Amino acid sequence: MTRIGVITFPGTLDDVDAARAVRYAGGEPVALWHDDADLHGVDAVVVPGGFSYGDYLRAGAIAARSPVMGPVVEAGRAGMPVLGICNGFQILCEAGLLPGALVRNHGLRFVCREVGLRVEAATAWTSSFTVGQELRVPLKSGEGRYVADAATLDALEAEGRVVFRYTEPAPNGALRDIAGVSSADGRVVGLMPHPEHAIDALTGPGTDGLGLFTSVLAQLTATAGLR
Amino acid sequence: MIVDVLPKAEILDPQGQAVARAMGRLGVSGVADVRQGKHFELEVDDTVDDAELERIAGTLLANPVIEEWVVRRVSP
Repeated sequence: MTRIGVITFPGTLDDVDAARAVRYAGGEPVALWHDDADLHGVDAVVVPGGFSYGDYLRAGAIAARSPVMGPVVEAGRAGMPVLGICNGFQILCEAGLLPGALVRNHGLRFVCREVGLRVEAATAWTSSFTVGQELRVPLKSGEGRYVADAATLDALEAEGRVVFRYTEPAPNGALRDIAGVSSADGRVVGLMPHPEHAIDALTGPGTDGLGLFTSVLAQLTATAGLR
Repeated sequence: MIVDVLPKAEILDPQGQAVARAMGRLGVSGVADVRQGKHFELEVDDTVDDAELERIAGTLLANPVIEEWVVRRVSP
């Protein structure tokens, strides 16, 4: 079974839901700890949401320099699928795996509600969607406003690396309504909304979020079959 | 040493704007803009050179994507 690591930092909140999403999608979640020196042989990594290290210094800044992130950055640069959700997205930006940064919402309000997301690119984590498909998932963040300089934003758009956009004006003021971006090879993806909270109609707005996890499992299974 | 970190001028600073609005409610006039940042005081010994100080500031204390910083050496 495909093994997907889920990292827990001090202050992580959504590791349990991320692990459940991996299990629902048919994968085996593997718990990784912030102090781990290696990735326990996993095939992909999810960096979940929360308030790692209490958001001290900047959201994600301390976690990005924690021991486990060394091998995550190395593996991500070499093509291992990595998904950062919310605080995980902030961590991947702080670690330099993804461009740009997440700053305080423009209205200073913590936004906690369902949002519409449009899938804008096929990546390791979105291949089971069609480009243009709209998803409903929860957004819950106070520092979710995606920013980067104009040249970086233009390059991301030109290279098809804007993976998710809000279907309404971004509730946090994110530039160009960007909710998620990817690495150049489409293997590392980060987004502010929470697909792992939208995998079961009992507890979420629906099951739209499950597609990210089934996407990566399908990709990894196909790759394993080629070996 | 002292490191002062501020959001870049082109980055929206809603916290600074909220502080500026609060000043208006106090009856303060003449303050056009407020930018809110961070002030770090580090005790370092003589083995830490300027290049190392700059590296600390630019790779950890500040995020170059959104912030600018100034490093100053001061005597205790």
